[in-house]
Amino acid sequence: MTSFARVVSRFYGEYTNNTSRKLKIIDAYLFYVLLTGIIQFAYCCLVGTFPFNSFLSGFISCVSSFVLAVCLRLQVNWQNKSQFSKISPERGFADFIFGHIVLHLVVVNFIG
Amino acid sequence: MRKNSSSYSGWKSLITFTVLLLAWVSGFASRLFAVIRFESIIHEFDPWFNYRATAYMVEHGFYNFLNWFDERAWYPLGRIVGGTVYPGLMITSGSIHYILHMLNIPVHIRDICVFLAPIFSGLTAISTYLLTKELWNGGAGLFAACFIAIVPGYISRSVAGSYDNEGIAIFALQITYYLWVKSVKTGSIFWSCITALSYFYMVSAWGGYVFIINLIPLHVFVLLLMGRYSCRLFTSYTTFYILGLLFSMQIPFVGFQPIRTSEHMAASGVFALLIAIGILKHLQSVLSRSEFKYFFIFASLAAAASVFLVVVILTYAGIIAPWSGRFYSLWDTGYAKIHIPIIASVSEHQPTTWFSFFFDLHILVTTFPVGLWYCIKNINDERVFVVLYALSAVYFAGVMVRLMLTLTPVVCILSGIAFSRLLEIFLKEEDNPAATDSDSDQEATPSRGLYDKAGKLRKMRHEQLKESEGLGSNVRSFVIVGTLAMLLMFAVHCTWVTSNAYSSPSIVLASYSQDGSRQILDDFREAYYWLSQNTDNNARVMSWWDYGYQIAGMANRTTLVDNNTWNNSHIALVGKAMSSTESKAYEIMKTLDVDYVLVIFGGVIGYSGDDINKFLWMVRIAEGEHPKDIRESDYFTDRGEFRVDAEGSPTLLNCLMYKLSYYRFGELQLDYRGPAGYDRTRNVVIGNKNFDLTYLEEAYTTEHWLVRIYRVKKDTDFNRPRIPLSERKMKRSSMYISKKTSKRKKGSIKGKPVVVKGKKPVKS
Repeated sequence: MTSFARVVSRFYGEYTNNTSRKLKIIDAYLFYVLLTGIIQFAYCCLVGTFPFNSFLSGFISCVSSFVLAVCLRLQVNWQNKSQFSKISPERGFADFIFGHIVLHLVVVNFIG
Repeated sequence: MRKNSSSYSGWKSLITFTVLLLAWVSGFASRLFAVIRFESIIHEFDPWFNYRATAYMVEHGFYNFLNWFDERAWYPLGRIVGGTVYPGLMITSGSIHYILHMLNIPVHIRDICVFLAPIFSGLTAISTYLLTKELWNGGAGLFAACFIAIVPGYISRSVAGSYDNEGIAIFALQITYYLWVKSVKTGSIFWSCITALSYFYMVSAWGGYVFIINLIPLHVFVLLLMGRYSCRLFTSYTTFYILGLLFSMQIPFVGFQPIRTSEHMAASGVFALLIAIGILKHLQSVLSRSEFKYFFIFASLAAAASVFLVVVILTYAGIIAPWSGRFYSLWDTGYAKIHIPIIASVSEHQPTTWFSFFFDLHILVTTFPVGLWYCIKNINDERVFVVLYALSAVYFAGVMVRLMLTLTPVVCILSGIAFSRLLEIFLKEEDNPAATDSDSDQEATPSRGLYDKAGKLRKMRHEQLKESEGLGSNVRSFVIVGTLAMLLMFAVHCTWVTSNAYSSPSIVLASYSQDGSRQILDDFREAYYWLSQNTDNNARVMSWWDYGYQIAGMANRTTLVDNNTWNNSHIALVGKAMSSTESKAYEIMKTLDVDYVLVIFGGVIGYSGDDINKFLWMVRIAEGEHPKDIRESDYFTDRGEFRVDAEGSPTLLNCLMYKLSYYRFGELQLDYRGPAGYDRTRNVVIGNKNFDLTYLEEAYTTEHWLVRIYRVKKDTDFNRPRIPLSERKMKRSSMYISKKTSKRKKGSIKGKPVVVKGKKPVKS
């Protein structure tokens, strides 16, 4: 177990030192979205999923926000520059916004 | 032709544009046979419902359409139309109608419905071009576009008047695949969102969207297995999946199926897998190797435990529904025949024969493996996709005739690649390969001789210029001429098949007499028009389910069962009524409030698709629900034959369907030499000639006896106690008695001589 703790601490140290500020903001956002999703899931386990479409739209909106943010993080990260040669960080952010607009128009329609 | 770079690209786009335009025009033109020969009319069965729903939507507005409860179908149950259709087709033509009317172009909605599929075939050609261009290059794309514009496998579902979901769904399918390939290539969120949107359009248009939502995860999965994971794949699939999941649940008919049924589970499984792999890859990039190994074991154990738990919980809770019957029949081809006769009874759901592969695809069926081989040889991410598409579509097309439609586009793509490669090798010119490719494309497009001659001449000139190349000019010209001849034959075959096999509206029949003159048999519309004019507005018409949509669409009468076969037991009840004796059938018809019975009878003109030939399916479906009353074996002779002549089984010769079809037929002598009651469809003299109907009476029989309508007698119509002559009284209460005297009656002539019997008229 000690080795595991060591791995985690090393991981944490590397993260705080080697990650750019932009990515840290995205990570904070990701963490927030993750918490929202977990709260919704816990709520549905405890109380039930009665308006099923509302629960689904809330939960899926969480998951998709998370996914979109992860995608943005991948595109912005300079380590992946070779894979996303045509996508600048600005373009990635515009795509992210576009995805959110489409997503939330549908979510609002679905939430009922 | 100057060869600087700008004019080169200009020529290239000009030629691309021209070829695509020609493909569109020729695709549109070759779908118009039915309109030219008959008239601008909706074909077959399902299109009539789509047309009726579209007309309803245009008249009452979109929201009323979504909430439409149709009490004229499935009497006495009714049908919630808004929740049981894929509304994409209606919305598409409805919005075209709306836009045209905004521009003050008053087109009737029927014409839009008739011409929708031919117009969309052009869009399909363009999206196929785009897809092939992403997969291979522009030249192959032009080939593929020309092929898809005229290939019979696609024309069969998109002739003018065949207003069905497939007409627009193939376009949606191709454009979704194009956008998917595009988004895998770029890894951009934007393209994934557009893919999800076009997937949404596909979901709204056709139930075949399940093919997409299984094929794309399969593509991702195979890429993962091949070790081709990339961040681009991650972004494109996760975005597409989660948005597509949400969008697909917006269609009322689909509802919560995407998270409940097994057909959609593969997609979510791949989604979870991809996320897990994404996390692992990320950790791998962060941690050192030994640490990663340690972590990997830990994570994989946790993941396995959680997946196992989730599966167990879901199975116990029964949340995930098992596979539906239609999908079982895809894996186990014998399944439908045993368990669900109603699926097997549709001829579209039969396995495909080799003949129909060749008939629908002609030369393409032999060339597409070549394209497949080229794709496998030069594999990359998107070619994996087309390979999987081809393999799965070939399998499905082999299982069901109907799924030939999903095979056709990929065959066109791969054949386009094959022909393009072939011509690239044999027409090797350093100046402009695109031009040569598209030259031969123009050969393939039009079906007239003129274009071919022009194209061929030009080709020869190219050849003479290029004699100094490695391959001998003789070999080369032989190959080129051979290829062109094959393409020509393909174009001729396509036109021939379209004009002969796929351009019949099937509600108007044409027969050719011996001197070649054409005779139009318009019996269906005659009968439906009779129904609409001569029966009560709320009359209920019983017929086999094939004709339900037509009766509702053309005659506007209430039907018991129709082509939306959602309630098997109701259909079985109708089948039971048709296959039991008259008195038993009368009981069923009374409980169902039937006023009229409609049967299709082809014995006079030799029409093979009539109700007697479909009769065994009625028996089978009825047997499935009422095994005590109906047994299929009763309808066969001792030797296991189904025959309607004197040797036929007595059960068959006395059932309602037989009687309704052959009532008074025994008196009819079709030919001077032949015997009376000779059935031309089955080429026998019928077995039971002289019978009377007790509970029904003939109401109408069309000119060629194709449609026969019977009225079901009410209780008051027969079995009444006989009243002695002296006690009979005429009721006159409802008669109108004029207060005016007879002399001043309206419309009488003044001074008209009054004639009294036995007296001479008095001259005044």
